[in-house]
Amino acid sequence: MKPAPFDLVAANDMSEALEALHQGGTEARVIAGGQSLVPMLNMRLASPTTLVDITRIPELSRIEANTDRINIGAAVRQSTLERWPDLADRLPLVHAALPWVAHTQLRNRGTICGSVAHADPSAELPLCLIALGGTVTLRRRRKTREVAARDFFQGMMSTDLAPGEMIVSVSFPARKSSTGYAFREVARRHGDFAIVACAATARPDGTATLTVGGVADTPRTLELPADRADLDDRLNEFAWHLQARDDLHATARYRRDLVRKLGRETLKEALPCRD
Amino acid sequence: MPRLTKDETHPVRFTLNGRPVSVRAYPRALLTDALRHEIGATGTHVGCEHGVCGACTVQVDGEPARACLMLARQAEGCEIRTVEGLNNKDALSPLQEAFREHFALQCGFCTAGILMSLDALFSPQPDAEEDAIREALSGHLCRCTGYAPIVQAALAARNRIKGGPIDA
Repeated sequence: MKPAPFDLVAANDMSEALEALHQGGTEARVIAGGQSLVPMLNMRLASPTTLVDITRIPELSRIEANTDRINIGAAVRQSTLERWPDLADRLPLVHAALPWVAHTQLRNRGTICGSVAHADPSAELPLCLIALGGTVTLRRRRKTREVAARDFFQGMMSTDLAPGEMIVSVSFPARKSSTGYAFREVARRHGDFAIVACAATARPDGTATLTVGGVADTPRTLELPADRADLDDRLNEFAWHLQARDDLHATARYRRDLVRKLGRETLKEALPCRD
Repeated sequence: MPRLTKDETHPVRFTLNGRPVSVRAYPRALLTDALRHEIGATGTHVGCEHGVCGACTVQVDGEPARACLMLARQAEGCEIRTVEGLNNKDALSPLQEAFREHFALQCGFCTAGILMSLDALFSPQPDAEEDAIREALSGHLCRCTGYAPIVQAALAARNRIKGGPIDA
């Protein structure tokens, strides 16, 4: 038993979960798949006094596909979304990125929203949520709010989540016609955290975006005009702007180089996908 | 609302290799703790305890998962399968037999987890390609073999599983 002691509340419905989170305040944490939280508990980087298990709340296990949005509940596992038959058609970027999220054995338990809540700067799912302009729906007792992904992620493993509050779902804008999407990543080994991960969207008016994870403390987006004559200069400027740092896995210089080269390749892949 | 208090043990019920079991566990106990310390099923090994090495991999409702990243309580009502559930009476399973023949283990610490991932791969997909085998193995660390004998064993086992049981 490595984690510090905590009370465990196995919530049967939303009101039980929200009440337990309210009572626990800053010392309470939500657990769903636990694939990010349990390592933190085992290493005692986190020692909450109350954990609220939300996996048995029926409405959180739903994938809701609307005409223009896909809403994914907080208990939906990554492997469940991976097997959703409409994924490639409705969310091509997430379809391309999901196999890069850890390993099968972790995706079988880990949730989409859990990865968003953990907010690791190298994680693929926060990157996709920002790249697509998605939102996060947060709930606490008597209050529900929806936050844009770009505002939700505030720094390395730091989010806009308030005490007593939990993510109930994330919402990805569905594929738009004549828009291209592409995802590329470089990691030491497949399944490891990204050294650099890139997500590109290419819109029908010729404009494009490149969102990069693994470099700055949150995924950052570069907006590109239809005229891309000076693309290399823009990518270079963006690579410096991200203020890469050296760490165990790669130097800052290598990361900048990946932003330039992998960024360019990802954009090139997204452009012809516009059909 | 069911609140399991931190200073007491609480009952957890699940099936282990087809047999119902009931253990008492603290809320913070991991599934590995329940399996090894409470039940004495020490076939499941504990390596890194943060999900990286794969030694503790078991099957939860048929899917491979890290037992070190699950609270024991989260196994409530689940079907858990461990390496102890692989063999048929006293005979090794085709997968285990192939591991023995191909020297796919040396110290054996990682083996239980690898067997559970490969078994989960072959159950729905008895003709899995080598790519899929390597993908399943990517979630496991082996510091002895260099992986080549493990891949060979998995390919041999796949061919036997497809062709029906051996050593019948």
